[in-house]
Amino acid sequence: MKPLHAWRCLLGILLRESLRFIHQRERFIAALIRPLVWLLVFAAGFRSVLGISIIPPYETYISYEVYIVPGLIGMIQLFNGMQSSLSMVYDREMGSMRTLLVSPLPRWYLLVCKLLAGTFISILQVYAFLLIASAFGISMTPMGYVYLLPSLLACGLMLGAFAMLLSSLIKQLENFAGIMNFVIFPMFFMSSALYPLWRMRESSELLFNICSLNPFTYVVELTRFALYQRFNAEACIYTLIALTVFLGAAIYAYDPARGMMHRKTAGGA
Amino acid sequence: MSQDGLALEVAGLGFRFGKKVALDDVSFSVAKGQFKVLLGPNGAGKTTFFSLVTRLYISALGEIHVNGANLRDAPLPALAQMGIVFQQPTLDLDLNVRQNLLYHAALHGMKKSHALERIETELTRLGMLERQAEKVRQLNGGHRRRVEIARALLHQPKMLLLDEPTVGLDAPSRRDIVEHVHRMAREQNIAILWSTHLIDEIFDEDSVIVLHQGRVCADGSVAQVIAQTGAENIAAAFERIVGDMES
Repeated sequence: MKPLHAWRCLLGILLRESLRFIHQRERFIAALIRPLVWLLVFAAGFRSVLGISIIPPYETYISYEVYIVPGLIGMIQLFNGMQSSLSMVYDREMGSMRTLLVSPLPRWYLLVCKLLAGTFISILQVYAFLLIASAFGISMTPMGYVYLLPSLLACGLMLGAFAMLLSSLIKQLENFAGIMNFVIFPMFFMSSALYPLWRMRESSELLFNICSLNPFTYVVELTRFALYQRFNAEACIYTLIALTVFLGAAIYAYDPARGMMHRKTAGGA
Repeated sequence: MSQDGLALEVAGLGFRFGKKVALDDVSFSVAKGQFKVLLGPNGAGKTTFFSLVTRLYISALGEIHVNGANLRDAPLPALAQMGIVFQQPTLDLDLNVRQNLLYHAALHGMKKSHALERIETELTRLGMLERQAEKVRQLNGGHRRRVEIARALLHQPKMLLLDEPTVGLDAPSRRDIVEHVHRMAREQNIAILWSTHLIDEIFDEDSVIVLHQGRVCADGSVAQVIAQTGAENIAAAFERIVGDMES
C-alpha cells in the first residue's frame, strides 16, 4: 500500500461521507433535535427528581442539565455510528459497498477509512450540539472543548467499530430497526449517561455490574472528564480495548476469506 | 504460472454455498483485446464467478491471474488492473456524476487533476460529458450504466469485467452499450469479459464461454461453438448445450 494512494483514498471517503451527510439535511437536524430534546425537556423535568452529589470530575454541585451533557454527546456518536452502519447495510444491499470493497487497498484499511469518516461526521454533530447548548446557558470552558476532541475521536471510533461489526451481522436492511431497539436503548440506559452508577447500585447490584461492563459507560466518563480538562485513564483504556476488539472483529467479519460477508451477501448467480 | 498476452486466466476454480456447488472446475482465459462473452442461463454461476474474480468471495479451489498477478498472492495489483461493472447498480444516487467518478478515482489513488482529465475523456467517449453535474438519481438506467462503464475505465484497467450490464435497460440503450463496449475492445486493446444470458449481445467475432450449472460447457469462438454442437447458429447451439446438460 503506497502512502499517497492511502491518503487520497482516505480523503475521497471523507469527502463522500461529508457530501452524503450534507445532502441528508434531515439526518443532521434529527441528530441535533434528539439530544436537545433530552437536554431541554427531559433534563429540565428531572432536575428536581434526581439529585447529583459531588463526584469527580465535578468540584461543586452541578445542575442535571450539565450532568447529562456527556451522555448526550455519547448518544450523538452512538446514533451516528448506527447511522453509518445503516448506510453500510444500505450500501451493501444497493451494491455501492462493492465499489469500496473491490478497491486495490487492503480491506482493513478501507474499513478504517470508513470509520474515520463516520467519526469525523459525528464530531461535527457534537460541536454543533454544544454550540446550541451554550446558547441555552449550558457551556464548558474553551479548553474543555479542545480537550474534548481526542476523546471524541476515540469514542467515535469505538462506537463506529461496534456498529460496523453489527452491520456485518445484519442480513437485510429491514432487520436493522430491531437491532437499533435492542442495542441503542439498552446501551444508553444501562450506562452512566443519565444517572451516576452509585445510584444504580442502590437499586440493583446486578444492574450496576452490567452498567460497569457496558463500553458506553466509559465513553460517557471519558467525555465527562475531558470536558473538565481531566483525563480518565480507566475510561480511556477500556474504550481503546473495546475499539481494538470491535474493530478486529469487524475486519474479520468483512474479510472475504474468513468472515461472514460471503454468506450474508450470497445470492444471484 | 500465467502466460504473456493473457489479461485473465482462471484455472480449476470451484466454489460452494454450503452443500450447493456454485462453480465446479472452471478454467478459461481472456486475451488482451479480446471480447469474451460468459454466456449462461440465470443461476449458471456467472455472478458467483464475478464475486470470486473481484475478491468479494475467496475460494480455496483454483487460481485466478489478472494480467499476470495472482489474485490470492497479490490481490492489490490484480484488483488495480480490473475495471468492474456489477449487475446491481453501484452508483451513489445522491451524488452527481462527477462526484461519483472522483470518489472512484480517489479509491484508486489517482491525483485529482489526472482524475478530472480522465473523467472528461471517458464521459466524452460515452456522450455523457454534459451530464456530469447532474445527480445520478436524475439519470435514466441507460445513462447510469454509461457512467458505470466510464467509472470502470477511469484508472485505465487492462481488463474490464461486466456482469449482465444491460439488465433492466430498454432495447436502444442495450444496443448502444453492447456496441460501445465491442468498439472499445477493438480500438483500445482492452480485454473484456461480458456476462449475459441474452444471445443477441454476442457478435460473430466474439469468443464465448458457455457456463451452465457451474461448469464450463463450451469455450471458443462463436464459429467453433456452433461447429462443436452442429447447430445452425449460436442461439441454437446454446439451447442444445443447455438442453444436453439438463437431460
